[in-house]
Amino acid sequence: MYATNYHRVSSVDEATRLASANGDAKFVSGGQTLIATMKQRLASPSDLIDLRHIAALKGISVSGRSVTIGAAATHAEVASNAALKAVCPAICKLAGGIGDPHVRHLGTIGGSVANNDPAADYPSAMLALNATIVTSKRSIAADDFFQGLFSTALEDGEIITAIRFEAPEKAGYAKFPNPASRYAMAGVFVARGAGGVRVAVTGAGSDGVFRHQGMESALAGNWSAAALAGVSVDAGSLMSDLHASADYRANLVKVMAKRAIAAAG
Amino acid sequence: MTKVTLTVNGRTVSGDCEDRTLLVHFIRENLALTGTHVGCDTNQCGACVVHMDGKSVKSCSILAVQASGSTITTIEGLAQNGEMHPVQAAFKENHGLQCGFCTPGMVMTAVDMIERHGCKLTEEEVRAGLEGNICRCTGYHNIVKSVLSAADQMAANRQAAE
Repeated sequence: MYATNYHRVSSVDEATRLASANGDAKFVSGGQTLIATMKQRLASPSDLIDLRHIAALKGISVSGRSVTIGAAATHAEVASNAALKAVCPAICKLAGGIGDPHVRHLGTIGGSVANNDPAADYPSAMLALNATIVTSKRSIAADDFFQGLFSTALEDGEIITAIRFEAPEKAGYAKFPNPASRYAMAGVFVARGAGGVRVAVTGAGSDGVFRHQGMESALAGNWSAAALAGVSVDAGSLMSDLHASADYRANLVKVMAKRAIAAAG
Repeated sequence: MTKVTLTVNGRTVSGDCEDRTLLVHFIRENLALTGTHVGCDTNQCGACVVHMDGKSVKSCSILAVQASGSTITTIEGLAQNGEMHPVQAAFKENHGLQCGFCTPGMVMTAVDMIERHGCKLTEEEVRAGLEGNICRCTGYHNIVKSVLSAADQMAANRQAAE
């Protein structure tokens, strides 16, 4: 790992001030992606600004069906939060399936969403739940937030502070994890709520997480795994790598969508 | 150099290190606690698992400066008054190891897992809970047996104490 300068901050303002004074700085929270990336010398930030001790970013609150998850909530906290489980168990299940127990103890929802890894689990939930990504500057709809592999609407120095969404009537998530890394080779989050049916796919798209209109319209008319039988998933826009070909992923997407529907009930 | 202060196995310790120093290197090199191992260096194998503020973490995936101020338990901190922790005893009893390199991480993971599940674990939960720990010798069978047996023992100890 290249040398870096560490800064621990206690407020979002302090973090953004420090970031604007250090052009090559990166924010770190759980660090479960960033530290590994730095070890491989694929990232070499001059400065690391540690958000893990900012009280304002912590906590999960559920009021009626309105959910607010602090950006620094760890995967383990999301997975085990009873109030959240009562209104949206699908996101708890998703969080409980990220990485392994040690990763879940440190990794955070804000970090995962900001990183937008094309095989990460959370981006699919954000899209399917029609979540709002609240930052130090503004609120961004998930539909506008994810902009391709590792790209988001976040500007330099902008920090995710919370995730907000209305818990849908039904939601489910299923993924086919890579047997070695546990990253999704295909993960599908389905949700049916006031805004209709939303289906988001992670791990498979060559341009990152995406919604699948074909499955959404099929499920809008008939919320059942059987409704997906006739829907085609175009392999042309899917990733092909040593783990799976695009055709294989296209099939996985359909299978995971069916399992997600079954999980949603 | 930055000063890092930790409470490790009940003792307050501090030392200077570069900001890029990983917690595992600080534990091994500054504190000379070499029970915590470095296995893969790519954050996958779990040989370096310690408890930070009561939760299992891979000490190779966090900088010492990030951990500063926290309470750490390493494998050296488990035995009390010369008596092995029930998880250590169960690994010995069930031969939950072969070469032993992954064992510190396995034991620390098992302690965390058993405590999180209130001593009630199924084989399936144990196998899922070991997702972040790699063993290249055993095929995991005796490790799973060890964790289940330790969970029973700890449940019995807990009941006896009540």
